[in-house]
Amino acid sequence: MFGDYSLADLSAIFAMQGFAGLILFSVYLLMALGLAIIFGQMGVINMAHGEFMILGAYVTYLCSTFFQTYLPGLFAAYFFVAMALAFLASGALGMLVEWSLIRHLYKRPLDTLLATWGLSLILQQTYRTVFGAREVGVELPSWLIGSVQVTDTIEVPINGIFVMAVTTLITLGVAALMYRSRFGAQVRAVVQNRAMAGAVGIDTEKVDRLTFGLGCGIAGIAGSAFTMVGSTGPTSGQLYIVDTFLIVVFGGAASLLGTIASAFSISQTQSTLEFFLSGSTAKVITLLAVVGILMLRPQGLFTLKVRR
Amino acid sequence: MEHTPMAHRPAAVAAGVHDNPFMKPMEWVSLALLAAVILVVLPILLDAFRLNLVGKYLTYAFVALGLVICWGFGGILSLGQGCFFGLGGYCMAMYLKLEASSVENTKIQSTPGIPDFMDWNQITELPWIWKPFQSLPLTLFLVVALPAFFAFVIGTAMFRRRVGGTYFAIITQAIAAILTILIVGQQGYTGGINGITDLRTLNGWDIRTDSAHNILYFVNGGLLIGCILFAQYVKKSKLGRILVAMRDKEDRVRFSGYQVASFKTFAFCMAAVFAAIGGAMFTLQVGFMSPSFVGIVPSIEMVIYAAVGGRLSLFGAVWGTLLVNWAKTSFSESFPELWLFGLGALFIAVVLAFPNGLAGIYRTYVEPRLTRKVKALAPAEARALPHGTPAE
Repeated sequence: MFGDYSLADLSAIFAMQGFAGLILFSVYLLMALGLAIIFGQMGVINMAHGEFMILGAYVTYLCSTFFQTYLPGLFAAYFFVAMALAFLASGALGMLVEWSLIRHLYKRPLDTLLATWGLSLILQQTYRTVFGAREVGVELPSWLIGSVQVTDTIEVPINGIFVMAVTTLITLGVAALMYRSRFGAQVRAVVQNRAMAGAVGIDTEKVDRLTFGLGCGIAGIAGSAFTMVGSTGPTSGQLYIVDTFLIVVFGGAASLLGTIASAFSISQTQSTLEFFLSGSTAKVITLLAVVGILMLRPQGLFTLKVRR
Repeated sequence: MEHTPMAHRPAAVAAGVHDNPFMKPMEWVSLALLAAVILVVLPILLDAFRLNLVGKYLTYAFVALGLVICWGFGGILSLGQGCFFGLGGYCMAMYLKLEASSVENTKIQSTPGIPDFMDWNQITELPWIWKPFQSLPLTLFLVVALPAFFAFVIGTAMFRRRVGGTYFAIITQAIAAILTILIVGQQGYTGGINGITDLRTLNGWDIRTDSAHNILYFVNGGLLIGCILFAQYVKKSKLGRILVAMRDKEDRVRFSGYQVASFKTFAFCMAAVFAAIGGAMFTLQVGFMSPSFVGIVPSIEMVIYAAVGGRLSLFGAVWGTLLVNWAKTSFSESFPELWLFGLGALFIAVVLAFPNGLAGIYRTYVEPRLTRKVKALAPAEARALPHGTPAE
């Protein structure tokens, strides 16, 4: 498959595809981060995660329309407002869902899976009723359009760089929150030993709710960033949910570093293969490889030793 | 899953072989009722079109039945049953398609004698994976053997490494996704997103006529009842008890010296074979097979059939399938946008409010009253009814 390309071409292809992979990596990572918190830390399978992401995307879409109509002067900065709103909207919905649904099911993980799937169907239909079945896209502010010419053969789009920057910031923020803050210590304490954490005075129910809300909020930001690189429809979230779960499982649940590493390897493999093979074949090979590795090493790449 | 203290049902533990008949009287009644509805009442009441529709629903009941064994008794939730349904369906469809693509039927193609979609995709020779499906006996064998083998490989690989619960669910889901992408992507070999359509005859017998649909409906109903009886046999056997024990306290079973992985693999393979039989019957009755029955969405939808009927009840699974599909058809006809709300609410309600589905409602509310009535009528017979139904 490499035969027809010269070495210089190949390196340019790898660089370009590598960069395309980095954008994919950013979106995957943002989605997987929220899921890693919810699934990795709490052991809850949230099948509606994709719909929380899409909620963020729709909030961004509404924001862009709002700024276009009423505040065209501030349009260049709308994205930051949209991201904050997306976080709040998805986070609030997440906390509501935790309170009304998830907390009754902590002891029955498989049932949580079914219930959140039901929730995802309801959310999808709500989006379809409110926003219509057609995909919507946002208007990018002018400073995000265009690309940077790195060399003669390599150019990278600015919106991609922006998404990557957002991802880096969020990832660092989550890492700091989980490993450097009091809240993070509480979350980890609850994960490692719920009864003991309660005994030393941590309000485990509140921690659960906030953790779930945080995970959903990050999904909202992921959706917001997603609008930069793709359009949004009511069922877009469902397309990514399996990939995202695989990323979290592949990385090893409860390991932030593992999630990053697995999102990176999966997205890079997929986008590099995509250039040489058809998109579907690339996806099949990537997913098969992941499932194959998981069959041999079910605990994932990185594991946290927890006494169960 | 739920942990039932064994002390609550000493009858089940202490019962010897004599107190443990193949089916309790009430279960014989349920079976008779189900058989009567499927094989007598519905064929009398419904016109040919509706009956064919019910036949289609009943093919999903095979999947739900498999899930009762695998998920309800074994505690293994597979979200990839669509995979096996699809494998069975595709095996049958490939055979039917080859028969429909005889040389004289396809003489306008540039390569006569191969399925039309292959010709459209510039394939000039029958691919090797299609070769076995030229023979009917081999096809029927593969309908069962291929999914069983597939499930065996997945099951062995996963259960040996003690992967279970949610991880297993996610990985089976991923497998369903992979298979769908593969089928859609390899258009020339699989018919792509449209699936395998325009199926005509089974070994020379036209399956498109009303009379053929009728016969296939009864074959399907008979097979379903056969599968229920087999599942009941497994449920009653020692194997069935080990499955339940494993679901409730896996480590105890392992420490008692049982090889847990093999039992789990068996339950998973059995569910896969049931699903595949359903898939093959689906293809025969509906006349096509497409990737839309393979992926994640249909696979999870099939889980809800079993959940609505009652994940611990073999008969409940069939009733649940019929009920959900009937609701789906009637809602989608009149209020299409309401259906997804309804289905979503059903998922949530069945998990939160009725974890044992219809069968659970029946056992808690209807059965005690019935038993009281029966007791009043025939006191001697009522005492023979075993206590402690496994309703958790």
